[in-house]
Amino acid sequence: MPDLLALARRIAGQATGDEQIEAYISRTRETDIKVHGGKVESLVVAGRSGVGVRVLVGGRQGFAWGGSLDPDVVEEAVDEARDNAAFATPDEFQAIASLDDCAGAVAPLELWRDDTTTTSTEDKVALALRAEAATLAADDRVRSVESAAYGDAAIESAIANSLGVHVTTQRTTCSVTSFALAGDGVDTRTGYGFSAGRAFADLDVEVAARDAADRAVRLLGATQPRTRRLPIVFDPLVTRSLLVVIGAALGGEAVMKGRSMFVGRDGEPVAAPGVTLVDDPTNDEAFGATPYDAEGVPTRRVELIVDGVLRGFLHNVATGRRSGCGTTGSAVRGGYASTPGTGARALTLVPGAASPAEILAGAGEALYVQSVSGLHSGTNPVSGDFSVGVDGLMVRDGAFAEPVRELTVASTLPRMLQDVVQVGADLTWLPGGAAGMTLLLGEMAVSGS
Amino acid sequence: MIEPDLLERTLCRALRNGGDFAEVFAEDRRSSSARFDDGRVEELVSGRARGAGVRVVRGDTTGYAHTADLSEAGLRDAADAAAAAARDGGGGATAVALEARPTAPHEILVPPESVSKARKVELLRSADAAARERSDTISQVSAAYADGRRRILVANSEGLLAEDDQVRTRFTVQCVAVGDTGKQTGTESPGRTMGFELFDEIDPEQVATTAADRALTMLRARPAPSGKMPVVLRRGAGGVLFHEACGHGLESDLVGRDASVFRGRVGEQVASPLVTIVDDGTYSREWGTYAIDDEGSPAQRNVLIEDGVLTDYLWDLTRARTQGRESGGNGRRETYRDLPMVRMTNTYLLAGSEDPDDIVARTERGIYCAALGGGQVNTATGDFVFGVTEAYLIENGEITEPVRAAQLIGNGPETLRLVDAVGNDFDTWAGTCGKDGQGVPVSAGQPTLRVAELTVGGTADT
Repeated sequence: MPDLLALARRIAGQATGDEQIEAYISRTRETDIKVHGGKVESLVVAGRSGVGVRVLVGGRQGFAWGGSLDPDVVEEAVDEARDNAAFATPDEFQAIASLDDCAGAVAPLELWRDDTTTTSTEDKVALALRAEAATLAADDRVRSVESAAYGDAAIESAIANSLGVHVTTQRTTCSVTSFALAGDGVDTRTGYGFSAGRAFADLDVEVAARDAADRAVRLLGATQPRTRRLPIVFDPLVTRSLLVVIGAALGGEAVMKGRSMFVGRDGEPVAAPGVTLVDDPTNDEAFGATPYDAEGVPTRRVELIVDGVLRGFLHNVATGRRSGCGTTGSAVRGGYASTPGTGARALTLVPGAASPAEILAGAGEALYVQSVSGLHSGTNPVSGDFSVGVDGLMVRDGAFAEPVRELTVASTLPRMLQDVVQVGADLTWLPGGAAGMTLLLGEMAVSGS
Repeated sequence: MIEPDLLERTLCRALRNGGDFAEVFAEDRRSSSARFDDGRVEELVSGRARGAGVRVVRGDTTGYAHTADLSEAGLRDAADAAAAAARDGGGGATAVALEARPTAPHEILVPPESVSKARKVELLRSADAAARERSDTISQVSAAYADGRRRILVANSEGLLAEDDQVRTRFTVQCVAVGDTGKQTGTESPGRTMGFELFDEIDPEQVATTAADRALTMLRARPAPSGKMPVVLRRGAGGVLFHEACGHGLESDLVGRDASVFRGRVGEQVASPLVTIVDDGTYSREWGTYAIDDEGSPAQRNVLIEDGVLTDYLWDLTRARTQGRESGGNGRRETYRDLPMVRMTNTYLLAGSEDPDDIVARTERGIYCAALGGGQVNTATGDFVFGVTEAYLIENGEITEPVRAAQLIGNGPETLRLVDAVGNDFDTWAGTCGKDGQGVPVSAGQPTLRVAELTVGGTADT
């Protein structure tokens, strides 16, 4: 096993003259187990690693990546990145992180749990099988489990650049998931449940199984509602997805290039009073927590919307320079094969005081959105258009009433932010870069029959 | 990539503790891309990945391991790990004799690596200029060129040895237009299984113009209506509806898992008699085309629905083996690190006989979809959504005002029955299908057609 940081420093050390080089290396070991019908359907145990090399010469950036750490692959990546740089247009703001950029406190995060890597594959298989069995046992109306799975990853990364920045990070993640099918075949409904953590011991099979079963069973008998306008209550999972879309529009790259609904709104009210949105990767409860961003800059708590007013964006080194605001430690990468962009890792609304039950009690006649589909094709962070498919339940007299399906809810993202009525107290950190909580919004267009 | 005798030794190793089937899949992938954004050449990216995955099937269990190390030791370790994952059984094959199966990779006239980076960048500049020329209200243009070459090799314990060389090229332009009503976007992104000769067929400036005009049109758009109404899909702008509404539900892995509304319905009338749907991995130069799939089976033209009758599901090798039948050539994976699954290739609803203009003219009131985003389906319930990025009202049989982007929602089997007009034109659309997190290139295609009723998810009162 090569020493990742030593290799990254060796690559960065090849910079000559006015050339700057940054190397990003990651190594992942993962387990992926799918079970069906009481048997293991597939079991993948594997490791992978790769390198991304960024070369800057006179403001021109070139990038290349390789899907292994073999010397010939690494060498080819350095050569190609150099060659690619020659074709870019010079950009005075393009840069790799300097030691000044990296000044500041580093969050003391411990994100690695040995038990995720030391637990035997047999025990991991047993957990996935228990998830399937528990989902079937949770309710008579669950007729089968489409899939139950266990997955984990142990991820190490190293970043080094020729300006002297060098950092390493390591973290583990694991999850158990279940996908329940309820009903008799004529009326089939599905429900998803999961439990996720850093340590194998964090996982709670019963939670995953009960959620999957409950969420499928409570939709049985769902019908298409009529078209009208209704107040909307988002399930915490849906709130999480909404925050992720809004976070994308708060990325410095989108904003600096005019591809965001928030362009030019800095300092203006963009949400209902009382709405405060922050990205805080230094919070160790967040799944996206990390002490350093994807350029090696220490992460920090970034206030984006405070009491309804837009207060800032998420910047990496380049967009920080372009905007004059400086990096906020918000560089993100899709992996070693991509250059650092900007984005959120640990978004959350500051929770309110009301419990989910209290929110339902005060909602009047409303639509509870349990899950959405088509989020990618139905939301546009540039125009702000929002239209998604929904499974959910009607809310009356403070309680869930009949289930509904085959409907959409639509509005615009700016309008939805202004229409936030109540933020729940039930803050839950979820995988995917954000926390969720029950959220009550004003009326949105509900399309059905 | 790997010598036959080493492949044979690796397969024997994989089966030495038992197992019904073993396979080595090796891949060597190169990619290059260039992006012009915000008025400048932002970056060029080159990538290289190679490796192999070893699969061992024993009963209903599949073990899989992969490695970036294609040496004898690397392959041996992967074989051992996959065999351990599939569990010990005793007995097993002692010899594997590979027989190379001739395959004919699709012909590439101009290999992308033979074209200079400067030439590729030039295409981007011309696209940027063409888009900005359309109007002062075009505030941002992003143009991207991308090519990929993927050489694959498959060897299995049944003696198969096959290779393919897949080259794909794509050109994408996204524009932002700014007006009194805010910002709107327009995207156009043609891609084909071919080399740089793609640009003999598509003009980057025309791609840019289409993207720019789409953004400009959407600036004039009023809120989309909400509720049920007839929907006319322009040729090529609605194939993904059928990819979602029925294609996924016909994948035999989902059918086998009781996760499809089409389970047990072969031979039944599941769609309007006007509907014939094929999945055709052989269709020349289309985005989802290949010579062999990622299990070594030749691509095929598979008829799924004929005149409304469900004729067959989609099959990969594993699922086909359990049924004692041949693979349909639909076993695909994103990279050597992934297990193959049943996947679509180019999924087409075949042309009918009606004049497309007549279909619009016979529609009193409804929505005309001219461009689409993507979609999603819950195969177990059949409920799907489908995002429209360029759409117009149909009023009194005529296409009138543009409406803003909206989601359409429907149920697969219901929607198939509600197809009530099928035109005599045809076009296709290139996209990426993301089943289980694995992205593979696919295309979707259809003639201009009408669905009598779909729910349109707009915000306007109806």
